[in-house]
Amino acid sequence: MTILILAEHDNTQLRPATLNAVTAAKELGGEIEVLVAGSGCEGAANDASKIEGVTKILIADSDEYANALAENVATLVSKIAENYSHILATATTSAKNIMPRVAALKDVQQVSEISEVIDAETFVRPIYAGNAMATVKTSDSIKVITVRGTSFEAAQEEGGSAPIEKIEASGDAGLSQYIGSELSASERPDLTSARIVVSGGRGMQSGENFPIIEAVADKLGAAVGASRAAVDAGYVPNDYQVGQTGKVVAPDLYIAVGISGAIQHLAGMKDSKVIVAINKDEEAPIFQVADFGLVADLFKAVPELDDELQKNGFSG
Amino acid sequence: MKILVPVKRVIDYNVKVRVKADQTGVELANVKMSMNPFDEISVEQAIRLKEAGVCDEIIAVSIGVQQCQETIRTALAMGADRGIHVLHDGDVEPLAVAKILKELADKEGPSLIIVGKQAIDDDSNQTGQMLAALLGWGQATFVSDIQVEGEQVKATREVDGGLETISVKLPSVITTDLRLNEPRYASLPNIMKAKKKPIDQTSPADLGVDPSVRLEILKVSEPPQRESGVKVEDVADLVDKLRNTAKVI
Repeated sequence: MTILILAEHDNTQLRPATLNAVTAAKELGGEIEVLVAGSGCEGAANDASKIEGVTKILIADSDEYANALAENVATLVSKIAENYSHILATATTSAKNIMPRVAALKDVQQVSEISEVIDAETFVRPIYAGNAMATVKTSDSIKVITVRGTSFEAAQEEGGSAPIEKIEASGDAGLSQYIGSELSASERPDLTSARIVVSGGRGMQSGENFPIIEAVADKLGAAVGASRAAVDAGYVPNDYQVGQTGKVVAPDLYIAVGISGAIQHLAGMKDSKVIVAINKDEEAPIFQVADFGLVADLFKAVPELDDELQKNGFSG
Repeated sequence: MKILVPVKRVIDYNVKVRVKADQTGVELANVKMSMNPFDEISVEQAIRLKEAGVCDEIIAVSIGVQQCQETIRTALAMGADRGIHVLHDGDVEPLAVAKILKELADKEGPSLIIVGKQAIDDDSNQTGQMLAALLGWGQATFVSDIQVEGEQVKATREVDGGLETISVKLPSVITTDLRLNEPRYASLPNIMKAKKKPIDQTSPADLGVDPSVRLEILKVSEPPQRESGVKVEDVADLVDKLRNTAKVI
């Protein structure tokens, strides 16, 4: 049994999301190969070769993979798919874009965002925004699977020395073209991998009030998130969104500020180890999942929290 | 150009889903059903393209039980021109949906198929990408903005960490994200008018597609429940508990 993992990278470096898929692959058992498809992507391939537990790295280095366009990457993966029992990737937006295309090309019904491996063909996955967990068994000969990153620990980045093998590129499908990106410039940690997340909701009343939670986040070295209500109201960009339709996070500490706790938001954060809720409405559903609840006006409590952290030696 | 918009009938967004006691699925009896919210965004986008003179016909498609016709009627009341109902009792998975839609696309020849990025029941996020693969078309997934420019679509995509802009050759498949638009409500006159719009009925067999499921559902269970915790007195108490009880800061 050999498993292929589609690497997530920016050509120069491997992205940490890849490491969660490696752990899921280890639970399946068998040889683990990682495909790095990119342009000038030796750096990412070298990173991948050091991951503990990986047997081989395949590198496809060609212009048509520079920006991970789904049409080109899926064609490449489908060409080598027959060599593998499973094809895995962590469910990032890039993998969600590419993997179903691979599955369709191989006539496979993909299993999306698994949260647990039962055996080589049986998996648990959340449905209905995590309000139910389905145990599913696939009979497809090649299993195409995306992995929920927060459900599997990251594999060790160091300790391996897998050989790197070049594979032939599959060519440009000529169907789409990359034009550009506008990535949020932030010194803060990435939302999905941060140890602490501080999120604001509708209670923030305006995007102009977000700096008060950003100050707290910076003292704690935390990422800043938001509820869908705050995103819909235009307070912050969509990539801040935590929830069923946004990002799923599971940090050690999640601080929900002015968030009522709609089902769709809880779906994105209820696996956090410790949850704090600050809300003036005592009846808010967020308190039902919070380990520590503070019923207070956030515009008073959050600046106080900032001062209290300062007093306790947190300076960012 | 023609635009095809698939619309799925799902448990309403605001309903609290309950797992059946026998663990075979979730409770669907006497539960309010509605159009998948991402599909509403797709219908709205097609209507806006029609209003802008880019598109001249919108076809809404739904696959499933007889009541899916209600979902199609909702799309027609919003502004779609006609419907196609692919009657099928029982579950149908994204791959089979993509195969059915491919057959319909081959017949109808749309330039654009606008698909919701995911359905809020099975949360698969697969259908649009699979359909694009089967048709051999380009795809722009999770879009928050699209501009049709001649034979191309320029699309802004919601990606981890920000936005990405790509251009895709027509015909193509678009999958919609939340910020693309705010769907309109159907007006009463339009609801009345929609009753006269045609809905054709067909079946997977008529289209030559085998809809049998590939994933066997062994069980559906409740997620692990969190126990609710304690209320803290004030901010100092909170920081103390985080430092000394939970030891997370």
